[in-house]
Amino acid sequence: MTDFIDAFRRAVGLIVTLDPSLVEILILSIKVSLSAVAIASMLGFAIGGALAVYRFPGRGALSAILSALMGLPPVVAGLMVYLLFSNVGPFGVLQLLYTPTAMIIAQVVLVTPIIGALTRQACQDLLEEYDEQLRSLGASSSAIVVTLLWDGRYRLITAVLAGFGRAIAEVGAVMIVGGNIDHVTRTMTTAITLETSKGNIALALALGIVLLALAFAVNAALIGVQRLASRFAYA
Amino acid sequence: MLDPTSSLKALDGHLASPPLPIELKGLVYAAGIKRVIDGIDLTIDSRRITVIMGPNGAGKSVLLRLMHGLILPTKGEIRWAGRCTDRLMTRRQAMVFQRPVLLRRSVAANVSHALALRGLERGSRAIRVEEALKLAGLERHASTPARVLSGGEQQRLCLARALSLEPDVLFLDEPTSSLDPASTLAIERLLLDAQRRGIKVILVTHDVGQARRLAHDVIFLHQGRVVEHQEAKSFFAEPRSEGARAFLSGGLVL
Repeated sequence: MTDFIDAFRRAVGLIVTLDPSLVEILILSIKVSLSAVAIASMLGFAIGGALAVYRFPGRGALSAILSALMGLPPVVAGLMVYLLFSNVGPFGVLQLLYTPTAMIIAQVVLVTPIIGALTRQACQDLLEEYDEQLRSLGASSSAIVVTLLWDGRYRLITAVLAGFGRAIAEVGAVMIVGGNIDHVTRTMTTAITLETSKGNIALALALGIVLLALAFAVNAALIGVQRLASRFAYA
Repeated sequence: MLDPTSSLKALDGHLASPPLPIELKGLVYAAGIKRVIDGIDLTIDSRRITVIMGPNGAGKSVLLRLMHGLILPTKGEIRWAGRCTDRLMTRRQAMVFQRPVLLRRSVAANVSHALALRGLERGSRAIRVEEALKLAGLERHASTPARVLSGGEQQRLCLARALSLEPDVLFLDEPTSSLDPASTLAIERLLLDAQRRGIKVILVTHDVGQARRLAHDVIFLHQGRVVEHQEAKSFFAEPRSEGARAFLSGGLVL
């Protein structure tokens, strides 16, 4: 028990003194996840908005697949990207495996269905209310998509935050395609895994505390966005 | 005070020119096996307010949507001064729905959005938005989120938005059914004003008093058919059909 308390004390010390190795890992994690979420948002908004508005054969099936992929296990997303970018894979020539870029791609695969499915749901709910009015105003399908995305902006923000929460906390995808290389592809989650197995509880714990704090911050932001939306009757 | 018979007067030199007559030929709309609209032949040629009345489920709202092109008829056709309902014709029309549909944006942005959909440049939108809000008495609320307005204000905004498009034909589906008398009066004034500017107004209402105040001619629908269509004066003085008589006397039309 004293070992544990000692580890905890050293963990807090690492955070308070902004230990360089901890900060390096933290910055890479956030950089990778933010980039992935930015790309996944663009893709998710477009896919979700289009699925809500356009009518085409296979639309229902596509929506169902997108929703199902929300629960895609990170290791599977990692494996898929690994196979694509490994030396024998179709994109092997790009030599992207074990780089932050590969990690971003894996997290895009993981997060796009989450943002896409939540966007589709938000747009579909709005469309039920707006459809006749917008068609009466003479809106084209693409104009309807743009209108729905903007009017669903608060729900889209919550979708993005949910996606970020998922990306920053996952370990499977970045571990497989990144390889947890020190100073190159080591993120908070992969570092926690490694340091724990090495017995370096202090660093693992420090990273765990930072990760938890991030999760709380994302959640607080979610609640804030929802409050703001209901204040303007925009929810 | 405006009255339904005051003469047409151009506003800022703009007088709407509705494509008249509106001809409905053998119009049928079936939902499943039920014929919601069951063979309507009708000609509307007055430039004044036409009111569509009838009990619930008579097909009033569906008829309005068919005319506006929101839904397509199962059979039959609609002609506007001899032309079919096409995209160009729909762009000369606007509609106000029973429940106000407002975007999750400011009051001004709601009008501006509609104008943008009609392809107006950003610069020319601002003036039209200002005019529309003034017309609806909402200029002080320009930057208010539209959905926190009262029910009456919301419907006034919907009407102002529709009028800002400078339509030739304006459809309204029971626009005042959930509004108080003051809000209803405000809407009716706007409608009479629209009529004076030459806009062909076609209004569905349950409110007999409102029909008396506004209508030039009345179409009485029952079970998807036109039971009668005549000038308001004679319709209210001596309705020809049993159904209309019962409806006007406050009886229940089944």
